[in-house]
Amino acid sequence: MDEEYDAIVLGTGLTECILSGLLSVDGKKVLHIDRNDYYGGESASLNLTQLYRKFRPDATPPTDLGRDRDYALDQIPKFIFASGGMTDLLVHTDVTRYLEFKQISGSYVYREGRVNKVPSTEMEALRSPLMGLFEKRRARNFFVYVQNWKEEDPATHQGLDLTKVPMRDVYTKFGLEAGTQDFIGHAMALYLHDEYKTKPAKETIQRIVQYSQSMARYGKSPYIYPMYGLGELPQAFSRLSAVYGGTYMLDKHVDEVLTDPETGKFIGVRSGEETVKAKLVIGDPSYFGAGEMQEGQKMRVIEEGKVVRAICILKHPIPGTEDVDSLQIIIPQNQVNRQNDIYIALLSHAQGVSANGVYIAIVSTVVETSVPERELLPGLNLLGPILDKFVSVSPLYTPTTTGVEDNIYITRSYDATSHLETVVADVRDVWKRVTGEELKLTKKEVEVQE
Amino acid sequence: MSKQLQFKLVLLGESAVGKSSLVLRFVKDQFDDYRESTIGAAFLTQTVSLEDGTSVKFEIWDTAGQERYKSLAPMYYRSAACAICVYDITQSASLEKAKSWIRELQRQADPSIVIALCGNKADLAARRQVSQEEAQKFAEEEGLMWCETSAKTGEGVNDIFDRIAHKLPQVAPPQAQRGAAAAKGPGGAGKSVDLNKQGGAGATGPEGCNC
Ligand SMILES: Cc1cc2nc3c(=O)[nH]c(=O)nc-3n(C[C@H](O)[C@H](O)[C@H](O)COP(=O)(O)OP(=O)(O)OC[C@H]3O[C@@H](n4cnc5c(N)ncnc54)[C@H](O)[C@@H]3O)c2cc1C
Ligand SMILES: Nc1nc2c(ncn2[C@@H]2O[C@H](COP(=O)(O)OP(=O)(O)OP(=O)(O)O)[C@@H](O)[C@H]2O)c(=O)[nH]1
Ligand SMILES: [Mg+2]
Repeated sequence: MDEEYDAIVLGTGLTECILSGLLSVDGKKVLHIDRNDYYGGESASLNLTQLYRKFRPDATPPTDLGRDRDYALDQIPKFIFASGGMTDLLVHTDVTRYLEFKQISGSYVYREGRVNKVPSTEMEALRSPLMGLFEKRRARNFFVYVQNWKEEDPATHQGLDLTKVPMRDVYTKFGLEAGTQDFIGHAMALYLHDEYKTKPAKETIQRIVQYSQSMARYGKSPYIYPMYGLGELPQAFSRLSAVYGGTYMLDKHVDEVLTDPETGKFIGVRSGEETVKAKLVIGDPSYFGAGEMQEGQKMRVIEEGKVVRAICILKHPIPGTEDVDSLQIIIPQNQVNRQNDIYIALLSHAQGVSANGVYIAIVSTVVETSVPERELLPGLNLLGPILDKFVSVSPLYTPTTTGVEDNIYITRSYDATSHLETVVADVRDVWKRVTGEELKLTKKEVEVQE
Repeated sequence: MSKQLQFKLVLLGESAVGKSSLVLRFVKDQFDDYRESTIGAAFLTQTVSLEDGTSVKFEIWDTAGQERYKSLAPMYYRSAACAICVYDITQSASLEKAKSWIRELQRQADPSIVIALCGNKADLAARRQVSQEEAQKFAEEEGLMWCETSAKTGEGVNDIFDRIAHKLPQVAPPQAQRGAAAAKGPGGAGKSVDLNKQGGAGATGPEGCNC
């Protein structure tokens, strides 16, 4: 370990593995370390034994759930937009060759006690009970506006400057009802709460376009998902990094992040007696004092909030959903008197994450009270009989500085959103902090021989 | 039309036993005395034609050095139809390492995986530390294929890939056969999506909206 590297990456979560891969492809000499003896950290998908070890160390998994290795249970439920930043990364780095993707079979939204399918075609929209006839007409006008809107062409703006006008005013202009607003803002633009209505409308419009494009890509839902769980993603990007010369060390404890006592700049990391030096370090918050600040240590990350998640094991599909093998249900906050939406992600054997006949539902939301588990009830109540349930509350950490001053670049925790676009945003942000330049994705040819 | 089958083949074994050299010999019929540790070679393919007209295409994965510090990702061998566990006949410790990979595969990989134990550097027989009898006995007990090879002289290399190519069509379950349209998932439920189609992601313009 006595060589010097361009970069040390700490933690093999998805964000870190993507960055490691991109840096290696860029010709940097990367050392990638994880304290665990497995890849993925928080982004790892667990088999039953690992799930029990984490949640119930004293119990053994039941034997009637099938083979251990049939399971790949995500700790952080997220899907991939069929057409978005994550798919761009996958395609441009060519890691698609290591992975196989399935379509998520349905996208649903909760409204007045019932679960409704988010229409994916005009025919479905026409039949959808989500809107009355007149409201559909108004909605149609709105969607036509969204579809035609081009920032550089004022003729498409209809007098609204979306870089300034708040989204609330756009809804008012098209006369959309509160329920339709909920639907658009939460089921399509995927906002977790209603703050977006006071912000310039442009971002919301772009999110609606992204949702629609993703929906159009494969049809049934805007999402795709990797076979055998999200934990395959960090592994695939780590392979990319290794193929381009990245060195991997799992099961390696990091005892200290060393900085120059004068300048405060990063020097290297210490593991036991060994020290390894590098120009910079990138790592997840858990390597920089998250949760367990030591005395005299510089505060590098702060907690921004908490997410509560419940992994539920079912032996049936979710009632009222046409028995699909995978889906998302969004419960907009207004519908259940909350400030943040509740999400349900369902996966099953078809995605290689559970034994045949077993369904895995993960219910999650941003914590608002002192009894987080109770906040999940509106979601849990939609699932039917729950065989078993594993609840966790995770703090969300964010770095206190950009890292430019001390060459210590820290990534963010995985948030409550239902997709990986915020991970991509974090990757782009860290890349810019590290290199000073925007991330440009140019497709590199990996050696392929026939 | 003759049958075309495609299988994922992975190489496992301690660093410097000659994994990459074996692939280079098999795919390009070359050898390099001063080969550096593997960088950049992610993926090679080679086809073996069987007597009955079937062609077996190997999609060959090399470890990219991730095994060096016990850090090989399970994804690497997850959907492999066959694995060659390589040891160096001049290093008895490398056989122990190969055995530990075999145990890992027996635990984690699909039960139908075809495993070959391969003693490389047979041209260095003068420095032999692993006897043929010892390795062969272990292979028999575990139900593995076994051979000795030299990536340097080419001895035994085509032979072992050939034997695997003959065995695979008989034993591999349908989902391990990555034939043209074969679904790989458990039971083949649901079609997979190909992100590289349609000129790459994000190619659809706003007119792609079909809400
Ligand atoms: C969840 C959801 C998502 C939607 N997403 C989109 C979207 O991304 N893009 C979008 O454009 N719309 C979108 N819409 C609007 C949707 O297209 C309309 O609701 C749908 O066209 C049904 O309209 P209607 O016949 O009920 O409406 P009405 O407004 O009652 O129909 C008015 C008249 O227009 C005609 N008409 C309706 N649709 C068309 C058409 N496409 N071409 C020509 N004539 C037509 C009808 O036949 C009728 O004569 C969405 C609606 C929902 C509920
Ligand atoms: N004499 C002899 N040398 C060989 C043979 N096969 C490989 N070598 C040499 O052994 C060294 C290591 O070979 P590699 O093919 O790079 O080994 P590897 O298993 O891919 O190593 P890593 O990529 O580090 O895991 C090289 O110097 C090769 O030239 C062989 O059959 N005979
Ligand atoms: Mg090699």
